[in-house]
Amino acid sequence: MTRFLSIAATEMLILRRNRWLLMATIVMVLFALALTFAGSAPTGTLGVDMLTISVTSMTTLSVYLAPLLALMISFDAIAGEAERGSLSLLLSYPAGRGEILLGKFAAHLAALGFAMTVGFGTAGAIAAWSGGAGPDSLIALARLIATSILLGAVFLGLGYLVSALSRSATAAAGLSAGLWLVFVVLYDLGLLGAVVMDGGGNFTRTIFPWLMVANPADAFRVWNIAASDGVALASGMAGAAQTLPAWAAPASLLIWPVLAFLLARAAFKRVEP
Amino acid sequence: MTDNALTIENVRKDRGRTTVLDDVSLTVNPGERVALLGHNGAGKSTLIKTILGLTPLTDGRIRVDGAHPGSSQARRSTAYLPEAVSFHPALTGREQLTLFARLDGQGADIPGLLDRVGLGDAMDRRIGAYSKGMRQRLGLAQVLLGQPKVALLDEPTSGLDPISRQDLYAIIDELAAQGTAVLIASHALTEVEARTDRIAILRKGVKVADDTLEALSAKAGLPTKLRIRATGAHADQIAETMGGTRINGASVEVLCTPDQKMARLRDVAAMGDAVADIEMTPPRLEDLYRHYAKEGMQ
Repeated sequence: MTRFLSIAATEMLILRRNRWLLMATIVMVLFALALTFAGSAPTGTLGVDMLTISVTSMTTLSVYLAPLLALMISFDAIAGEAERGSLSLLLSYPAGRGEILLGKFAAHLAALGFAMTVGFGTAGAIAAWSGGAGPDSLIALARLIATSILLGAVFLGLGYLVSALSRSATAAAGLSAGLWLVFVVLYDLGLLGAVVMDGGGNFTRTIFPWLMVANPADAFRVWNIAASDGVALASGMAGAAQTLPAWAAPASLLIWPVLAFLLARAAFKRVEP
Repeated sequence: MTDNALTIENVRKDRGRTTVLDDVSLTVNPGERVALLGHNGAGKSTLIKTILGLTPLTDGRIRVDGAHPGSSQARRSTAYLPEAVSFHPALTGREQLTLFARLDGQGADIPGLLDRVGLGDAMDRRIGAYSKGMRQRLGLAQVLLGQPKVALLDEPTSGLDPISRQDLYAIIDELAAQGTAVLIASHALTEVEARTDRIAILRKGVKVADDTLEALSAKAGLPTKLRIRATGAHADQIAETMGGTRINGASVEVLCTPDQKMARLRDVAAMGDAVADIEMTPPRLEDLYRHYAKEGMQ
């Protein structure tokens, strides 16, 4: 337990020391604020408060930014140590590989959580102050923050997986970029293409929604949109989400972090430094 | 159960089709300093990694302080200095060593240890600003944590200046004096020569020698070199009597096996005034190493 905590504390120190934490928080605050104000126009026409609009905009932002920040933090975790030659030394100490990975994960997730909470929290507070907020929109904001952290956790795990499979930190960085592109952009494009080809047939009605929530980034989107009427209305994207049972998206987003971490753990076990 | 700190029995390691280690056996007793010599790629680092449990064995058996390599007991009793180690540049020396002490699960006098390896002034500076030698010293400081039973040092002198090397060997002696079994993989032969109790030589994954320096010299039968300087014009006379080769106007070089050495010296003494000076060079580790590392390669 103390070993896990020392690894986590050291990782946290590194994130603070190399200003990753500061930069990530600033990026989150700036983007969240920009989107909140840029997206504040349709408030009157839709009849929802400004915080709701803000959460909708930030949901779209988080789909891209949460995986990106998570991969940026995690791609170096194993490959970087291996490259420096410190991995073999670290593994010669009594801490187990699971303990090491979990320690890094805890620190990275805490840093990500901090940046998300401060970023979305600031933008949300400003939106609520200037345009009003209700209990529903406050819950939507809390849900956005929590699900963003979950989405980040998925990509932390995937980043460790890539890091364990790579021979160098550079290769891990490249693979991470590919991973991001596939999950966040190409997967959706592929599905969209399939739906267009299908032309509203059986695939679109039955298989497509499930394929969509199988991707954690889409599950994140569906969960945030389906759970709040206001957000669904503001985003105009309710259609696909309604054909699925309510538990589908949350289940996907809760299973993925565990799955990604276990995959990374298995890959790390096979690393011979 | 033996009281060896480190026992390696018939270890074999295959990587794909190549055999990296072939039937290697080696023991290191508590307080003993053993040098592990070999060319690059002879299997030194691989052997160390199998002892650490980082690489699985194909065959054979290793016991570290009576425990399986890689088990938590083995890892607790082992200290390791990787070749050309580096650390996260954002941490300070003190922070890095504190992490290792916590992972080791034992309290330690961190500033004292850093002082011991000569990093007392630099302990609160970032490792990113350290020189190669300073990083190596930091690596050495973590070897001293928690009185290890076995210390594995992979090329510990790389990147160190001559004075630091002296410090390093002083620290190794200290470790051995407190009962740690020390295994030093190196190709810095001249330093290892004076500072180790026993020498093992690996060639292409096979152990070709494992004994004290004296015994290895005797076994190899390498010649001792006598260089005799003559007074005046006696050089020709000496060369004729001793059967050696003239190397310049006044000196003669004679090679003799260990058992002939005393007889040859008596011959020299019998020549009286004709001899001005005599210099005797026993076989150096380098010659020995060359002998054992090449033997059987033809």
